Amino acid sequence: MTSLTTAQQETLIESSSKFSGVRLTDRIFYWLTVILAIGIGLVLIWITYSLLSIAIPAIASFGLGFLASSTWNPVQDVYGAFPQIYGTILSSFIALLFAIPLGVGVAIFLSENFLPRKILTPIAFTVELLAAIPSVVYGMWGIFIFIPAILPLLKWVNNAFGWVPIFSTSPSTRQLFAASLVLAIMILPTIIAISRDTMISIPPQLRQGAYGLGATRWETITKVLVPAGLSGIIGSIMLALGRALGETMALAMLVGNSNRINISWFAPASTISALIANQFGEASGLQKSALFYEALVLMLLTLAVNVLAEFIVGRFQQVE
Amino acid sequence: MTNPSDRVISDIAPGEFDTGVSSGRKVFGNVMTGLVFACVAIAILPLASIIFMVIANGLGRFSPAVFTELPPPPLVEGGGFRNAIVGTLLTCLIGALISVPFGVLTAVYNVEFGRGNKLSQFVHFCTNVLSGVPSIIAGLFAYGVVVLTLGTFSAIAGGVALAVLMAPIVIRTAEEGLKSIPRDVRQAAVGIGATNFQSVFSIILPAALPFIATGVTLALARAAGETAPLLFTALFNQYDAKGLREPIATLSVLIYNYAISPYKNQQELAWVAALIVVLLILAVSILARALTSRKVY
Repeated sequence: MTSLTTAQQETLIESSSKFSGVRLTDRIFYWLTVILAIGIGLVLIWITYSLLSIAIPAIASFGLGFLASSTWNPVQDVYGAFPQIYGTILSSFIALLFAIPLGVGVAIFLSENFLPRKILTPIAFTVELLAAIPSVVYGMWGIFIFIPAILPLLKWVNNAFGWVPIFSTSPSTRQLFAASLVLAIMILPTIIAISRDTMISIPPQLRQGAYGLGATRWETITKVLVPAGLSGIIGSIMLALGRALGETMALAMLVGNSNRINISWFAPASTISALIANQFGEASGLQKSALFYEALVLMLLTLAVNVLAEFIVGRFQQVE
Repeated sequence: MTNPSDRVISDIAPGEFDTGVSSGRKVFGNVMTGLVFACVAIAILPLASIIFMVIANGLGRFSPAVFTELPPPPLVEGGGFRNAIVGTLLTCLIGALISVPFGVLTAVYNVEFGRGNKLSQFVHFCTNVLSGVPSIIAGLFAYGVVVLTLGTFSAIAGGVALAVLMAPIVIRTAEEGLKSIPRDVRQAAVGIGATNFQSVFSIILPAALPFIATGVTLALARAAGETAPLLFTALFNQYDAKGLREPIATLSVLIYNYAISPYKNQQELAWVAALIVVLLILAVSILARALTSRKVY
């Protein structure tokens, strides 16, 4: 901001003898803010370094083969991350599969005038509340309410479509698919909030133009407004994906923590964060190191997704 | 709150121009309208269920005892979790003590000194990346940095892990607050001979206080519910922690431990703890909204 920095060139009061102390405080204050600002970057590097430094023994013993190996055997001290990476990505994928249509649908609903504003505002507030509920409460709700409620439906799917490999096992009480559905509910507010902001900030001329050409409301939404806000919607999906990949507690409580890959979605599985949450307490030596190696993989995965989201949302803001 | 699209929307009544629209296009419109209403119903349903279940299951065991007694051993009835309530407040407080000065001063640099320059863009980028760091990674970071250094699980380690998650929230809202202050105010401060330090501390920060307070309360609301970063930093404690340098119970870890426990009494306590956490977060979020509406400029 130029208004402040130009004040540094002020010379009138600098001639006063009392000024040197004031000026010193001012310089110290300026440099303090600079150091703390740089500190944010250093914290990121520090986090990566602290993960890396503990993961080094595991990286040295297993190398990149760790990512493709499916053994997790604390007795023989042999570890591989593939089942967890598979579970992390698949659970996030299933969650997005349900959260994207739902989230974009609600975002469109909240940015249109289907209902009067008096009713829309409480609905928007309610959706924001979804984001504030702690993940451990979602996990508990999943254990005691959601999974018992949805199990009969999944059993029916298994009976009717059991020939499809992903539905081939009898639904377990802790399983990948139900856990992913809870995950979908958890990432819904992220998609809704950012998509809605995007839809609302689209210039009104676009809507006027479409109406003027004789388009109906839904033709305007699907052919003009959604394409115009697409980068914001995609950005919100990427941010939601970042959250889904790193989500820990709900999955640790619901996914079943089986360190084997099962092709069926109704079987127990594991994710990187759930494995860390479950095993860290008892782990030591190479096993702890392997858990930090997994954390490093998760960190890089979410970092890549978030940077990409940042890039997409940033580009949208520039266009705007 | 007004937004540009409202004007247009309210100008045109739904269906006003539908005369002459072919039936296929009408059907498409009606089907899509039905679909978004269904989306809203499906999105609201889980929330209603969670809130209802937390209240229904939590209220049954809700009593003054939960605030004053310690967690009972398995198979013993009654009890409470005063240690976990103290622990949640303490770890959140430590997190705030670290993240608030850090976050506010970083925001001051970004808005007051370096607005738009390379460093502030870099800091902005880092803040966004930091806010995307999974919470369990913040826990592992605090484990590597604090727990291994002090040699014990502690409230301090839990606070450090929470601070990593709170900092981006504080920075973002403080930045918004600082940006909302008109340039005239800064010019007036410079005009009466204030240094940067004086104008920031006497004029700008007090004016941005409602925003900063909002950021802090939002950060506290997030921290109060976080479990993953506390699992291997604050750990858990059946009893009252005697100091900052020993394991301490928190409400969120208590919910996790007791929700997966097979004992009925512990499961009930988990529901009560969930009710208290959700009420706490709700109260704090509403407080944050009330604070933002109190703008100085």
